[in-house]
Amino acid sequence: MSFLNLTSIQKSFGPVQVVKDFNMAIEKGEFVSFLGPSGCGKTTVLRMIAGFETPSGGTITINGKSQANLRPNQRNIGMVFQAYALFPNMNVAENVAFGLKVAGRPKAEIDQRVKEMLGLIKLDHLADRYPYQMSGGQQQRVALARALAPKPQVLLLDEPLSALDAKIRVSLREEIRMIQQQLGITTVFVTHDQEEALSISDRIVVMNAGKADQIGAPAEIYNRPATRFVANFVGTLNLIEAKVVDPASNRVSIGDQGVTLREPLGAVKAGDTISLALRPEAGSIAPDAKGDTALTGEVISSNFLGSVIRTRMKVGPSVISFDMFNSPGLVPPAVGETATLRFTATDLLIIRD
Amino acid sequence: MKKFWAWGALIFGLLYFILPLVGMTNFSLKMRRGVYSLDAYAVVLGDPRFQETFTYSILMALATIVFGVLLVVPTAYWVRLKLPGLRPYIEFVTLLPLVIPAIVIVFGYIRLYNTSSWLPLTGTTTGTNILLMFGYATLALPYMYRSVDTGLRSIDIATLTEAAQSLGAGWTTILAKIILPNVLVAVLSGAFLTFAIVIGEFTMAALLNRPAFGPYMQLLGANRAYEPAALAVMSFALTWGCLGLIQLVSRFQKGAQSPA
Repeated sequence: MSFLNLTSIQKSFGPVQVVKDFNMAIEKGEFVSFLGPSGCGKTTVLRMIAGFETPSGGTITINGKSQANLRPNQRNIGMVFQAYALFPNMNVAENVAFGLKVAGRPKAEIDQRVKEMLGLIKLDHLADRYPYQMSGGQQQRVALARALAPKPQVLLLDEPLSALDAKIRVSLREEIRMIQQQLGITTVFVTHDQEEALSISDRIVVMNAGKADQIGAPAEIYNRPATRFVANFVGTLNLIEAKVVDPASNRVSIGDQGVTLREPLGAVKAGDTISLALRPEAGSIAPDAKGDTALTGEVISSNFLGSVIRTRMKVGPSVISFDMFNSPGLVPPAVGETATLRFTATDLLIIRD
Repeated sequence: MKKFWAWGALIFGLLYFILPLVGMTNFSLKMRRGVYSLDAYAVVLGDPRFQETFTYSILMALATIVFGVLLVVPTAYWVRLKLPGLRPYIEFVTLLPLVIPAIVIVFGYIRLYNTSSWLPLTGTTTGTNILLMFGYATLALPYMYRSVDTGLRSIDIATLTEAAQSLGAGWTTILAKIILPNVLVAVLSGAFLTFAIVIGEFTMAALLNRPAFGPYMQLLGANRAYEPAALAVMSFALTWGCLGLIQLVSRFQKGAQSPA
């Protein structure tokens, strides 16, 4: 049995069902991210684990123990909030010590643990500062230390990086992951930022309209999206409309160009329309580009994005974007020019939702 | 020309408020014929009834403040946290003492809690004191509730509560260690206003026959010339002192600038 189990979790607010039959098993020490757009139910699931919301149905167990009749303050769960939620009347050391004081730990132990936690987040020198005297990034690190100080069995992170600027976000997410691995604490991280989720998670749950569309490792989620929603939400995937030509030989047509897929087409018949997905980084228009499949189309835009050049070309009814790494000698294709995009047929995924 | 009228209005306003005070203060200093003196103040301060009634009112004010804080802070907190839909109704209830005269409230009390009622509070001195304190708390309710509610609005009580809960804190700890310290300035504002109301209140104390400062001022005013003016000046000074203290504590509160 896994450490944290969510079984058939449901939640309704009045007539609106925000979480529908959500199932998830999280191993001890695992870092799992709930990824999805606003209103998909990810924060509601997190709040049900914390005990701030009561599930309308289903069970939550932590380390084999049902959480049904436990109030939030009885669950031993650490939580970090988007708005930091540091207690304004307490300085950094007092904030970190709060949970330990509530638990009635001896003073010497509290002092030792506070020192240890402040060392962990590298803010020992700011122990006497009040929250309003600190930057957002510093406040969030203190919030993390405060959540970890009472040695919780699960750490919940509710969009902890959303209120920070881009640079701090990257450094703090790396710091969170490092601390999580160092302590081996089971962590659930809620975010709507796919890059954040992909970069620090052991597994990602992509949520859509109250249910998990796909659960998997970051590479699996990115490379093999299970649904159209996952394909759209994670990365900048091209969705290409294709017409089945011959199901037996996996032959389809994109516009008037034929392509043979590696993946079996399944239960479709000739003339059916299917959706294919292609990552922007999967193909190249360079003359020496390798690949067993090619699509030719008219370039409709070419944008310089710094490290890459993103080009869009029209192939039949679909528009395909692809990225090329920038190099000093690279000449981007001109708008109106005809280009041939080469890629491997295995990069073309069939979206089956 | 516009400036002239603005200054004119300001000066007129200032004179309207200040002149009576200047006149009253001037009169209070003229007890000794021909010279300015503090004789009226000395007489008032030396009067044992002044000391008795003033001490009584101060003690009643402190009891009212404690009761008011214990009643209003958890109520306002709970309404904001769990029952936001009830806020307009609670606000309406807290405003009632402004539209219902104190004399109506106190007659209601006397009818409900007289010696032949099921809770004969007026039958004993302690009972009457408690009743008077409830009356004072009712009169101060609009000010205390508004102060505390404004204080609660300035902090994110929902997230702070959840943060404290996730760290193992129960409701009493949350209220005492998190909410109350963070609305302390607001509570103190309400407390000083309550203090000023209780010190000057006449109707309830007189009708419940308690030795409070308000009835003493009225009694003095009916029988003496200079002492009531001295007493009025002292009352003003006390009220302004309370308002000054509100300003002072709001400047010194720790973490008052916190954006959280």
